[in-house]
Amino acid sequence: MAVVLTKDSKVVVQGATGHQGTFHIGAMKTFGTNVVAGVTPGKGGQSVHDIPVFDSVQEAVKETGADVSLVFVPAPFAKDAVLEAVDAGVKTVIVITEHIPVHDAMDFVNYAKAKGVTLIGPNCPGAASPGENIKVGILPGMIFEPGPIGIASKSGTLTYEIVNALTEAGIGQTTCLGLGGDPCQGTNFIEALELFQADDETKGIVLVGEIGGTAEEEAAEYIASGKVTKPVYAYIAGRTAPEGKKMGHAGAIVQGDKGTAESKQKAFEAAGVKVAKFPTDIAQFVKADLGSA
Amino acid sequence: MKLLEYQGKQLFRDAGIPIPKGAYLPSLDTFDTIKDRLSYPAVVKAQVLIGGRGKAGGIQFADNDAEAKAQAKKIIGMDIKGHEVKSVYIEEKLDIDRELYVSCLIDRTTRKTLMLFSAEGGIEIESVPEDKIAKVYIDPLTGFSQFHARQALAVLPDGYSKDERKQLAKMLGQLYDAFRSFDCELLEINPLAITKDGQVIAADSKAIINDAAKFRQKKFEEEASEYTELEKEANAQGIAFIQLDGTIGVIANGAGLTMATLDALNEYGGNAGVFLDLGGTDDPDQVARAMRLMKKAKPSLILVNLFGGITKCDTVAKGIREVFEKEGLDCPVVTRIKGTNEKEAKEILKDAGFITTNTLQDAAKKCSELEKQQIKEVA
Repeated sequence: MAVVLTKDSKVVVQGATGHQGTFHIGAMKTFGTNVVAGVTPGKGGQSVHDIPVFDSVQEAVKETGADVSLVFVPAPFAKDAVLEAVDAGVKTVIVITEHIPVHDAMDFVNYAKAKGVTLIGPNCPGAASPGENIKVGILPGMIFEPGPIGIASKSGTLTYEIVNALTEAGIGQTTCLGLGGDPCQGTNFIEALELFQADDETKGIVLVGEIGGTAEEEAAEYIASGKVTKPVYAYIAGRTAPEGKKMGHAGAIVQGDKGTAESKQKAFEAAGVKVAKFPTDIAQFVKADLGSA
Repeated sequence: MKLLEYQGKQLFRDAGIPIPKGAYLPSLDTFDTIKDRLSYPAVVKAQVLIGGRGKAGGIQFADNDAEAKAQAKKIIGMDIKGHEVKSVYIEEKLDIDRELYVSCLIDRTTRKTLMLFSAEGGIEIESVPEDKIAKVYIDPLTGFSQFHARQALAVLPDGYSKDERKQLAKMLGQLYDAFRSFDCELLEINPLAITKDGQVIAADSKAIINDAAKFRQKKFEEEASEYTELEKEANAQGIAFIQLDGTIGVIANGAGLTMATLDALNEYGGNAGVFLDLGGTDDPDQVARAMRLMKKAKPSLILVNLFGGITKCDTVAKGIREVFEKEGLDCPVVTRIKGTNEKEAKEILKDAGFITTNTLQDAAKKCSELEKQQIKEVA
């Protein structure tokens, strides 16, 4: 089994008729994702790549049994879209949208939590479980191979780079979770570790972190507490980022002496996590361990 | 967006939080227009986005209009830690008895609002012992409730009157509501003053409004920016662009990958001067806009690191080549391309006379060598 997304997942896409929605419904279908519905208020009755479009998530869930929602809705309307999806009873919501006001994210993250819904993102590339033939989001399909590694990441392209290096080294993936680069995340590293630790197929876990906040340090503490028995590997971006600058992601900022790559690296190493100097080194680490196992 | 003190005070006033009587003086020649709103003794305060202005001489006192104007003249134009003072805020001098601290911020770990409250204010909160600070977490689903105020005020030592406690509790609720309704990332009152006659009043303000919420927070204009002119130009075009100390321009797609590229460069001794994240685009116009910004930053050489997924490498490569040819950008370019259509992209870049490498490490090494060579040539 993979985590979050399996071959049984039925996906509804919110913001289906926009440029991004339309393109990625096609790309997801090609990968094997079971996209069952689209939602764009006012465009019910249309279709995108033969997928029916509904006016509301409630209607889409009722008609198609969708249990995963993918949100492409523009930032000013994203909160409303996520609340609607959670209210409609889906189990998982994946939010791609970037630049969502942080108070909106805080609202829908807490609402999803209260309702027992898994929320991934916002400002993330989505998730993929290659062995289950499903990807939900904007991740490029061709980099994935089924295999034993679970990945959780704050970044998009950097994750593709690392996944691609794993695949080229002959190491496949159970699930890749793009957690997003915003300060308020629906799913954080600890929650991703819990998921991968509980998944029998996952034999090793890769965390791709970056400067800002303390999610990496908290993950390290969680690993050190003995709750994660699988090997964990990490890469941290932003070792040379200056203090006080947001490095492209809303959450990627060193404030005073807080949120530095150095602190994260130290915490990981103290917890027995191997930290790579260059992104593609991760693949070599994993290969060396799996080879000797 | 960081607000100046006087803007933060306006925000407080809108939220019902008591502030000292005062007036903003945008320039010396408008002094006569604010005269009626001043009361003495007064404090004349430099409006800058940096702490420690008092020590730097940016806070002065005045007993009448003539003195206030003279102090304003002294402060405007002053340089405080690299920040030029352009304006002052003049407000009544409070007769302060005690200084407290309160702030709201977003706690990433709990994903809730964190309110920090302490009876020890007027100094940096980092220097206050942990056990003297109340940490109150507020769930957005419930909002602020009276028990939150009780949790906060529990750190107050003896000697606070019932009325003072009541005023404080009310202010904490108002601060939380303002934090939410103005889309703040940080809202701080330090010091939160209690005057000799028992009035609770916000003596200073620090406010950061979430950039992502700018579309609905139109009340405050950005008056002092921490960004360079080029960075501002880039922001307006939706391009993540940061100027750094070195001279090598780094272009990559995705914030994480761009950071990783800076780090790799640094491992080999190279010094990045520009962080440019192209984002997930292969739109030639956006690539061209990004390259024009890079040109304006006058890099000594450029490192391009692309990973193509949905984004096609060759389309991006074409965009980069075009700007070089059309705009006459001439400096060495080291490239490293991986992913969708990488072969085609490499050919395009090679034809354009760029250096192509196979790994990020090789590219970083090459840049560092070229940089050293350039430094030698100049010397």
